[in-house]
Amino acid sequence: MRSDPAVLYFGEDAGGKVGGPFALAKGLQDEFGTGRVYDTPDSEAAFVGLAVGLAASGFRPIVDISFMDFTLVAMDQIVNMAAKLVYMSGGQVKRIPLVIHTMAGAGRRAGAQHSQSLEAWFAQVPGLKIAAPSNPYDLKGIMKSAIRDDNPVIVMKHKAMLGMKGDVPEGDYTVPLGKASVKREGADVTIVAVSQMVNVALQAAGLLAGEGIEAEVVDPVTISPLDTETIVDSVRKTGRLVTLHESYKPCGIGAEIGAVVFEECFDFLQAPLVRVASSFNPFPYSPGMEDFTVPDVSRVVEAVRKVLKN
Amino acid sequence: MYSMMHLIRRYESRTSELFKSGKFPGWIHVCIGQEASVTGACFALRDDDYISPTHRGHGQCLAKGMSPAKAMAELYGKRTGSNLGRGGSMHLCDMEKGILCGIAILGAGLPFAAGVAMAEKLKGTDRVAMAFFGEGASNEGIVHETMNLASLWSLPIVFFLESNQYAELSHKSFHHKLDTLARRAEGYGMPGVTVDGNDVLEVYRVAGEAVKRAREGGGPTLIDSITCRLHGHYEGDPQVYRIPGDRDEWRKKDPIDRFGKRMLEEGILTDEESREIIAGIDRTIEDAVAYAEESPYPDPEEALELVYAGQGGRARSLEGGERRCGR
Repeated sequence: MRSDPAVLYFGEDAGGKVGGPFALAKGLQDEFGTGRVYDTPDSEAAFVGLAVGLAASGFRPIVDISFMDFTLVAMDQIVNMAAKLVYMSGGQVKRIPLVIHTMAGAGRRAGAQHSQSLEAWFAQVPGLKIAAPSNPYDLKGIMKSAIRDDNPVIVMKHKAMLGMKGDVPEGDYTVPLGKASVKREGADVTIVAVSQMVNVALQAAGLLAGEGIEAEVVDPVTISPLDTETIVDSVRKTGRLVTLHESYKPCGIGAEIGAVVFEECFDFLQAPLVRVASSFNPFPYSPGMEDFTVPDVSRVVEAVRKVLKN
Repeated sequence: MYSMMHLIRRYESRTSELFKSGKFPGWIHVCIGQEASVTGACFALRDDDYISPTHRGHGQCLAKGMSPAKAMAELYGKRTGSNLGRGGSMHLCDMEKGILCGIAILGAGLPFAAGVAMAEKLKGTDRVAMAFFGEGASNEGIVHETMNLASLWSLPIVFFLESNQYAELSHKSFHHKLDTLARRAEGYGMPGVTVDGNDVLEVYRVAGEAVKRAREGGGPTLIDSITCRLHGHYEGDPQVYRIPGDRDEWRKKDPIDRFGKRMLEEGILTDEESREIIAGIDRTIEDAVAYAEESPYPDPEEALELVYAGQGGRARSLEGGERRCGR
């Protein structure tokens, strides 16, 4: 926002003293004023749509949708408007540089309507990009790339990132959209993990190393467009694949990754893939039930052992 | 305005015929009967103002200055169409004329238009956006959200509601209880005005006041323009839901006849001049049809272009060759 006056910020409670339910915009209005930072009514569909109009007219709005579950309220504006205007106008709408950033993920005992990870829904939409950075360094770099991109980009951040510590350079740097990163190298098995599950996979890889198993952890960082090349290269090396995400197994990103691997490097596979995902139920409130639902380190370790058995 | 209403009527009658003869790949929604409504509204705008058209948008776009040839070619799905053949009847767009892309999800174009209006306000211009919608769309949540937001932030936008009696396949009495939807405006803290949508001068006057208010920083207005669509929801619609005899009643209030009669009576127009205007318009529309017929279809692979910003250029490098119809 300091480097480009066209960047505007919209969100529920984003202005004033609060800066949104997670205080993500705290101090923003003090620095940039009410002409650039807007405290919106609770109308996700309207302020996303408004931002689409601003984006078509030379601005680069950032919209904060506090919980990813609420993106569904604005789904029509995201899918039918933001993603399609350049295409269906025949390029007369030249660009929609819109960023929607939103908190996703379970584990906060937030219940069924404040815990979902919906990346696979958006990955079905041509014209949209969706990123799911897993650490503070990637988050800053992806946000900068998203703001500078000429397309609508959804940046989903897991609630586990609130309070997460990690090295973040002060200056200007970007993490490119559409490029996966290998978070840990290993020769025995590839774990492709999404969002916070990258950190779970890294913990699991640490435990597995104690058993002499070297897991490679691939973080797609961007879900759409998906960097299939990095994933396929890794599977060619290890011959074994585990996919891991907090969203569900049916039609999840793990299914897509598995299908890509089958298409691109079936001959390299030494065992059937294993998909790890949340159990197919809404996220429950009570801690025991929620923990049962969401994949944890032990389930990842178990999945890796299974894929290595074959 | 008289010429424009004739142009729209002729364009829509011709598209209705062409649809029946299978010339268009997709469906069309025509606005016959609503010519005064769209013409009066658009003529109250400047060339550099914006409109947000609907799925029933041919008349809205023509009234804002879209070339009939480009609009016709788009209905044919031709590469020379306003949207390179990839939009179709429901998504007509001409950004140079301030015609934002037609939006076929009821009410969904309203926040987009409000965002464009807000952008102009932030840039310090005095350009105004006018968002069209119908009484069917008026019951969509997004319409209420947008009106609240636009009023709250005093955005330079006019909400132009065409009450054309039918929402898709049922009479408006199945959809809301109010006699005029303009009354809803009070709920958002903005003025609401009801106007005879078949009286082009009245529409022009009321729209002009709303546009002036928006331009001067006074915020939005809701206009309920009472009119009637004389054709179905889509061409080919058997219209079994119509109130018996309603078309005969509304034809007595035909917006073009009314305005023409008044101009003849007041000596502003002669029968001969009127005939000349109509003949000229017939030629324009036939030229538009010929242009569309002669134009090529897009290459199928162009489907892959423009999915993301800046992608693909073959389609856009196309030279125009359009024949314009001035106001």
